[in-house]
Amino acid sequence: MLNVGKIEEGFVLDHIKAGKSLSIYEHLQLDKLDCTVAIIKNARSEKMGKKDILKVECDIDKLDLDVLAFIDHNITVNVIKDGEIVDKKVLVLPKQIKNVIKCHNPRCITSIEQELPHVFVLADEEKGVYRCKYCEEKYHESAKKK
Amino acid sequence: MRHLMNPLDFTTEELDKLFDLANDIEQNPAKYAHACEGKILATCFYEPSTRTRLSFESAMTRLGGRVIGFSDAASSSASKGESVSDTIRIISCYADICAMRHPKEGAPMVAAEKSGIPVINAGDGGHQHPTQTLTDLLTIRSMKGRLDHFTIGLCGDLKFGRTVHSLIDALVRYENIRFIFISPEELRVPDYITEMLRARKIPYEEVIRLEDVMPSLDMLYMTRVQKERFFNEEDYIRLKDFYVLDTAKMALAKEDMLVLHPLPRVNEISVEVDQDPRAAYFKQAQYGVYVRMALILTLLGIQVQ
Repeated sequence: MLNVGKIEEGFVLDHIKAGKSLSIYEHLQLDKLDCTVAIIKNARSEKMGKKDILKVECDIDKLDLDVLAFIDHNITVNVIKDGEIVDKKVLVLPKQIKNVIKCHNPRCITSIEQELPHVFVLADEEKGVYRCKYCEEKYHESAKKK
Repeated sequence: MRHLMNPLDFTTEELDKLFDLANDIEQNPAKYAHACEGKILATCFYEPSTRTRLSFESAMTRLGGRVIGFSDAASSSASKGESVSDTIRIISCYADICAMRHPKEGAPMVAAEKSGIPVINAGDGGHQHPTQTLTDLLTIRSMKGRLDHFTIGLCGDLKFGRTVHSLIDALVRYENIRFIFISPEELRVPDYITEMLRARKIPYEEVIRLEDVMPSLDMLYMTRVQKERFFNEEDYIRLKDFYVLDTAKMALAKEDMLVLHPLPRVNEISVEVDQDPRAAYFKQAQYGVYVRMALILTLLGIQVQ
């Protein structure tokens, strides 16, 4: 079993669906942070069979966790301080997400208007349905990549 | 500042007030003839729509106001590549209220976000056309005396027809409405609408033949099968004559059933039906002006004593 050391301050994102960690890395824009990141793919999990784990050593105010809930609200977020878990965050679907996903409706104004942000609004909390703020087109999983 | 983007932007109570005002305008047009003196409406039409644009222009003119604008994108600064956000900022300096039609869905909302004046969505692609829905509701309320407790048949292109979708959304807020959807298999109402009706326990039926349901309707909303919605000519030709309302079908209907149509019609309502007192579609166009007058007054916050 591969061992990755403890982090002093930051997040451990556990129970990520196997294969999704790189997508989360992109959405959280971790490439833009000057910090240590460990990506563990296909770790053994009793609950899930296989899972991914992300360890991010950074200031705990630096990450926008709203986007995580949108990607997968089953992810466990452990907040680490002084090498210990100080909090386990429950992910709640954000009411609105901005510039995380793009509207793919060719008839939408976002397809032509300069510098217009792509904003999606939570339309159905129970089903986790997001719709484009402008054209109300439903967001589909297949279009999740930026 | 208030805008109108979606027919559901107004509560049913607010709609009642708007419709009361529209009915008062209908009864006492002279009282409102100078209500908008000194005010300017900008009609920003990025795609041609003679009827809607003229209806807005008629409404503002009847209120004593003036109208400026453009009637297609080619004659606007959009042809030079100007964004909607920039255009509305400029229009806000020239006019007091704006009615915008745009082929891109959500364009009027972008305008509203940047605008210094009220913006009315006068149709954005296949998305919303709220003033048509307000027209439909006002016509029903004025001619039936109520917006609840009736069976409405919607006939024709129920798949792509935005006026149908918006009308359904608006009517489900009223009590005891029953829907009958009459369309060919290919043009059935989208699933998300029937799912919504089931979730709200609102009764509906989907049928193929118009004749079968005529006797049970209190209202029949006819729609045009639009050629531009089809990918090939063959499908269009096969379906366009599927549902033609004629005097024989009208003979099956209740004596007080109303026939509505957002217009323009092609041949889905036979000209002979125009003489029938139940044909309300030209009256509907008249109500379209009254409701736009009431809307302009409401959004400008003008009260007439």
